[in-house]
Amino acid sequence: MNEKTQGYIFGINGPVVHAKGSDAFKMQEMVLVGNEQLIGEVIGIEDKSTTVQVYEETTGLKPGEPVASMGKPFSVTLAPGIIGNIFDGIERPLMQIKNMSGSFIDRGMSMSSLDEKKKWKTTVAAKVGDAVKGGDIIAETPETSLIIHKIMVPPDIEGTVEWTAPDGEYTINDCIVKIKTARGTVDIAMKQEWPIRTQRPYASRRAIERPLITGQRVIDAMFPIAKGGAAAIPGGFGTGKTMTQHQLAKWSDADIIVYIGCGERGNEMTQVLEEFSELLDPKSNRPLLDRTVLIANTSNMPVAAREASIYTGITLAEYYRDMGYHVAIMADSTSRWAEALREISGRLEEMPAEEGFPAYLASRLSGFYERAGYVDNLNGTEGSVTIIGAVSPQGSDFSEPVTQNTKRFIRCFWALDKSLAYARHYPAIEWLTSYSEYVDDLQRWYSDNISPKFIPYRTRMIGILQEESSLMEIVKLIGEDVLPDEQKAVLEIARVIRLGFLQQNAYHKDDTYVPTMKQFKMMDLILYLYDKITDLVGRGIVISTIRESGISEEVIRVKYNIGNEDLTPFDELKKKIDEIYKDIIRKNS
Amino acid sequence: MSIEYLGLKSIEGPLAVIEGVEGAAYEDMVTMTLEDGEKRIGRIIDIEGGRAVIQVFEGTSGLSLVNTKTKIEGRPMELALSKEMLGRTLDGIGRPIDGLGDYFADERRDVNGKPINPVSRVYPNNFIQTGVSSIDCLSTLIRGQKLPIFSGDGMPHDSLAVQIARQAKITDDGDTEGDNFAIVFAAMGVKHDVASYFRRSFEESGVLQKVVMFLNLSNDPVVERIITPRCALTAAEYLAFKHNMHVLVILTDMTSYAEALREVSSSKGEIPSRKGFPGYLYSDLASLYERAGIVNDAKGSVTQVPILTMPNDDITHPVPDLTGYITEGQIVLDRNLSLQGVYPPVSILPSLSRLMKDGIGEGFTRADHPELSNQLFAAYSRVEDARSLASVIGEDELSDIDKKYMAFGKAFEEKFLMQDRFENRSIDTTLDLGWRLLSMLPKSELDRVSDETLEKYYRHDGQNGSEN
Repeated sequence: MNEKTQGYIFGINGPVVHAKGSDAFKMQEMVLVGNEQLIGEVIGIEDKSTTVQVYEETTGLKPGEPVASMGKPFSVTLAPGIIGNIFDGIERPLMQIKNMSGSFIDRGMSMSSLDEKKKWKTTVAAKVGDAVKGGDIIAETPETSLIIHKIMVPPDIEGTVEWTAPDGEYTINDCIVKIKTARGTVDIAMKQEWPIRTQRPYASRRAIERPLITGQRVIDAMFPIAKGGAAAIPGGFGTGKTMTQHQLAKWSDADIIVYIGCGERGNEMTQVLEEFSELLDPKSNRPLLDRTVLIANTSNMPVAAREASIYTGITLAEYYRDMGYHVAIMADSTSRWAEALREISGRLEEMPAEEGFPAYLASRLSGFYERAGYVDNLNGTEGSVTIIGAVSPQGSDFSEPVTQNTKRFIRCFWALDKSLAYARHYPAIEWLTSYSEYVDDLQRWYSDNISPKFIPYRTRMIGILQEESSLMEIVKLIGEDVLPDEQKAVLEIARVIRLGFLQQNAYHKDDTYVPTMKQFKMMDLILYLYDKITDLVGRGIVISTIRESGISEEVIRVKYNIGNEDLTPFDELKKKIDEIYKDIIRKNS
Repeated sequence: MSIEYLGLKSIEGPLAVIEGVEGAAYEDMVTMTLEDGEKRIGRIIDIEGGRAVIQVFEGTSGLSLVNTKTKIEGRPMELALSKEMLGRTLDGIGRPIDGLGDYFADERRDVNGKPINPVSRVYPNNFIQTGVSSIDCLSTLIRGQKLPIFSGDGMPHDSLAVQIARQAKITDDGDTEGDNFAIVFAAMGVKHDVASYFRRSFEESGVLQKVVMFLNLSNDPVVERIITPRCALTAAEYLAFKHNMHVLVILTDMTSYAEALREVSSSKGEIPSRKGFPGYLYSDLASLYERAGIVNDAKGSVTQVPILTMPNDDITHPVPDLTGYITEGQIVLDRNLSLQGVYPPVSILPSLSRLMKDGIGEGFTRADHPELSNQLFAAYSRVEDARSLASVIGEDELSDIDKKYMAFGKAFEEKFLMQDRFENRSIDTTLDLGWRLLSMLPKSELDRVSDETLEKYYRHDGQNGSEN
């Protein structure tokens, strides 16, 4: 019954191969193409002809060479050994590829995704006689210094534990538990497989109410992202998408980071790999790589594998979510994935919709972003998958199809702006076009854990920035001098907010990550200064007098001058503001 | 065994179709012999059963359905490689055209190359001093980087590329002879005099024996143009990773290359995306640009400086747009600066070097470099604001601080950006110049610099109205 289907190559056009000779190929089945056994996936079936997308370069393939099915859908291997590793788009370990083919990647290399020889120190939790169902945790092993890997019953198995292995060291293929099911006894090893295009099951979705703390002020305080949420970072080249993604991967308080370099630069992946092996996690003092998985399909690697890399990444993320972890996925960039879809669609001669993208672009994007969520797992734990996707709009035009379709499926939009980037204002997240729909969901958390004033402060600061932007319209036409002093005060404080709060230096030891409490203190200080300035202006004191005192500059430099731990200097600075305030009143009365 | 197929099924633009072929592989090379004995080279770009579409490099003119014999070579397009290539001039698909005959091939490689494994890359952080202030200080070139020059017709991108090639200290400190240094130059669709300008400049600076030139000039076959950069990069990889040389690759003009790709795509009847360019333009350009870098089992490096002319100076045109997404930054030339006589007319705000942050500062250039460059960018962007305001309300009405910015902007362009084509400034000279200019502004405006750095470098004797 499980006989392998075999056909032969008929035509080749880039990554698309047409096969003939059998009608028994199944959709989305994994196939081996040609004498070199290149990995491919069935993406279309017509009468007498099967369409296969090949995940490797097709140069040198000849009509007549064999196409053989693997008898299973395109899947990834799930087992300990994933964390800290770097894979290509179809979960082949790049380190091992390097050992086999040197600095350049060859084709047709078959290898297992994970180390099958390594022995893991395993503690078996299941007992003989336990009734278990899919998702239940039956054993665990320390995968890295930060992550305990939980071995779960595969989702489709239910029954009674018949035999358990003693605690000890096992490879991922060794049987550790035998389960008696309705269909007979099943041997469970640590290794499982899961098709990448199918969402892993969970018990139920939970409401979104906890933020993913990133330590980036413009995100945490202005446009927060929730655990289990989805965000997009669109921006033209040079606006800092990758930089923002790297900062989030380094500092966000997720347990596990899945970083997908999808059609991006090779050197950037090298940078992540090098930096993350050196950088230490602030909480545990262990290398960040111990909680990170990297998936690299750089822009010169095969385009079909780029399409798969996004799904590979999200499947790995869901697997760790099932263990009860909070996982964040950085996908840089989803536009390259959409372009891979377009390229393959073009080769299939499908009818294009907007700008040559296939009509199913929107449904594919929604399918991907909907795999984010905060859930109750089958085994009773809770976990989340947060998706942060970079978008590279063509010509920096946010009205292009990928940005527009993405916007419909995310609730947090961090728009990167070219003119901010030109002025080296980083992160170049523009505060008037960006938004976060999670603010309401997270209000309670901020109020309980930081301060009830947190969200009101945020609203007030956004209001000031908004007012600044409309005042700037006037200033652009007639200059600042003609404005009344109350409005000059708005411009002054908006400048403090922009330079002192929104701008954040990723290369400064303290400023690169700012705890939420310090963010709150900074907002508090800035608004305190604003109240004093407004008060002075109300007493008829001209704004230039206040500027001369240099207090604004001092507040701007708070981000560098006050450390992240000891926040008492904030109160001292408030006293200083008071003194300057009194001083000015005295001199001008 | 090599069978020759007589005749063709159809011809369209640079493409020819043959039927009844056996044993041909995707992307195999073919040789076509015309009735007068002329040979042309082609490549199979689509194959469906026994029907193969051939891209003919030298063009299809003179071909008919009956006068051609086609031989399948059974291997992809390869380039003969040898250290003897240095100093030679080759055509767009790697055949010598300098009259010195063939060179002895050490090995042959597929021109498409193979992707570098990200885990084998070494993250580039070796500063290359180009002697051009605007580049060294504000968009620093790093060994192993791909840093394109975005230019327009009529701007001095060629002079700038030559100046970089001449002044770039790409070699290691120990290697004073420059034995380990080579330039690979690929011309795609450029005019004859541009190619000879490069050749003459290399000759004058005495590096010609270190240069491999691949020339596909504007009247050469369009289809060859698609192979030209691939040949050049294959040669560069060979020199860098086999002979441990530091190779600077200059590719000009990438816009002509992309247009050639569009021409071939449209004759294949593919679905166009933006501005008629094929949907795979991004992947295709990436397959070229990503061939820059350093790998950890060889000592050499490939640094790319591609040049592209933006049609109508439009940076959102697909070619500069997609290039910017792949390369590690860009140097943008500005027409207004050029008209004002500023050379090199580098528009610093949109220019960027992504690898700069890890290759400057203490231990690379000077500790104050990152802060200085940050502050220069911020200050110059204020200059632009002041200028747009001045254009509305007149310069006299500007506030005092805006007037200072106006003066700073003018001095910055005249002293910092502008330099002679043969002026080679050391990094220290450049950085000191930057501080001297910043000192024209009041200290309180310099908010990107830490107090200590400011203390050390801010010049109170400048012609400024600082508070002291």
